[in-house]
Amino acid sequence: MTVSYAPKAALTEQTPVPLDAEEMKRARAARVESVGRRVIPVAILALSLVLWDRLCVWNEIPHYILPRPGLVFETLLADWQILFVALLNTLKITFGALFLATAGGLGLSVLFTQSKWIEISFFPFAVILQVTPIIAVAPLILIYVDSIAAGLLICAWIVAFFPILSNTTLGLNSADHNLQNLFRMYGASRWQTLRYLRLPASMPYFLGGVKIAGGLSLIGAIVAEFVAGTAGSGSGLANQILEASYRLNMPRMFAALILISVTGILIFLATTLLSHLLLRKWHESALKKEA
Amino acid sequence: MTAMTQTQPRENALSSPAIVSLKGISKTFSNGTVALHDLSLDIRQGEFVSLLGPSGCGKSTALRIITGLTGPTSGRVDWPQEAARQAEHDLSFVFQEPALMPWATVFENVWLPLRLKGISRKQARERVMDALDMVQLTQFSGSYPRELSGGMKMRVSIARALVTKPKVLLMDEPFAALDEITRFKLNNDLLHLWETFGWTVVFVTHSVFESVYLSDRIVVMAARPGRIVHDIAIDAPYPRGEEFRTSPVYSGFCRTVSEALHGAMASGDHL
Repeated sequence: MTVSYAPKAALTEQTPVPLDAEEMKRARAARVESVGRRVIPVAILALSLVLWDRLCVWNEIPHYILPRPGLVFETLLADWQILFVALLNTLKITFGALFLATAGGLGLSVLFTQSKWIEISFFPFAVILQVTPIIAVAPLILIYVDSIAAGLLICAWIVAFFPILSNTTLGLNSADHNLQNLFRMYGASRWQTLRYLRLPASMPYFLGGVKIAGGLSLIGAIVAEFVAGTAGSGSGLANQILEASYRLNMPRMFAALILISVTGILIFLATTLLSHLLLRKWHESALKKEA
Repeated sequence: MTAMTQTQPRENALSSPAIVSLKGISKTFSNGTVALHDLSLDIRQGEFVSLLGPSGCGKSTALRIITGLTGPTSGRVDWPQEAARQAEHDLSFVFQEPALMPWATVFENVWLPLRLKGISRKQARERVMDALDMVQLTQFSGSYPRELSGGMKMRVSIARALVTKPKVLLMDEPFAALDEITRFKLNNDLLHLWETFGWTVVFVTHSVFESVYLSDRIVVMAARPGRIVHDIAIDAPYPRGEEFRTSPVYSGFCRTVSEALHGAMASGDHL
């Protein structure tokens, strides 16, 4: 009864001083790996840019077929005015769709888990929306909806919401059974069970869904822009690519492509960071493994 | 074989009033399994009762029926000391697994039963810390379950059960997944708490040695259909400690209970 527990930190802080040869080797390998992890991807990327540039020069490829990376970068700066407006339009659709997909996916999954009859009735619709290729439905939506922005938003939303819905539904249903019994025994209301048990239990699944939906909402936005093919004030990056392709303006096509890629990467990093911040305290996926 | 033998009726236990009374409980599951057949059992106030039996004898089902999570097919559960139709009974449950919420700290896990009754963190603070103090985990109130060892998690689970100050504590093989050293320690801690606070404990186990060490009454059950075959009083004085665990009296009781259990297993068909 008098056993006291030493805090964990006290055990890990003291480093055993003389390391044997095997442990030294292991420590050195770990240091090399941690540096390599950061340096190698950057180096490979830089190397491939140089290779791209050299290939253009060695083979005398004209810039209207394949522009050199330097020219793409110059175009990015020179056409920044046009491209930035297009980027903002695409971002508006992408983030609007991601927000609606998150709210809609979460809301629908909560509704589904409250009643199995609702789930049985409406889940087929969610599946139909998901499996029908958006590029085939987009023309219809854009005809029926007056506002182009709203049409684009609907298209991107359809692509993005399903992973959140299906992941969160799975998560809400996978709360520990003993805990569910415990909640019932203590007379928890439906709302309390949702708030204190099911929603926290579904968090890792939900965040996994958001991570997928982030990429999909960008894809949905770009696909819808291609179908809509609008010019003028509402046009996005996809329209810039289309327009540049008509004029064989290759450097601008590449510049727009780079902006789309960078946007996708940033969305991925942001959702990964969000997931890490919310789960790092407790979920297995966010824990550092001990060797 | 269905005859129930009352080996050693005890005066003090018989004189205290029943707190839960199972009357002619039968339970048949929808797949046709008869989990319990005509089970009657009075659990008296302040008793430490163990339900002991081979797997499939319905001891866990009996526990679930007491909690009200599962209804009996026939028979009824009475709470003689409570108002009729009282919706919630003064009981707590400890599962075989700690069943903690991994996203919540130790404090928040123990706070849960009170939180569900609408008691704020501030109001609950003192009671939660008292419960953590009982299991000697006050300094870990801010830790997450993953930072604790298996035995510590189980103690958090016990603290959560104790925070509502229940009259009846139901435990479903709570220490079965722990190593023997941890289990002995938790056995001692549990006995100490029970002697101090005097709740009624119903303890499901499949360990003869654990049940003899802890209980003042052992109900031996047999399977197919689940029923009570022996009701054995363990007439050894509390407090019990390591001396009791190695005493001839203890091994004598273990032999009696083992024989009863073997009889119970032989009387049913094979496992």
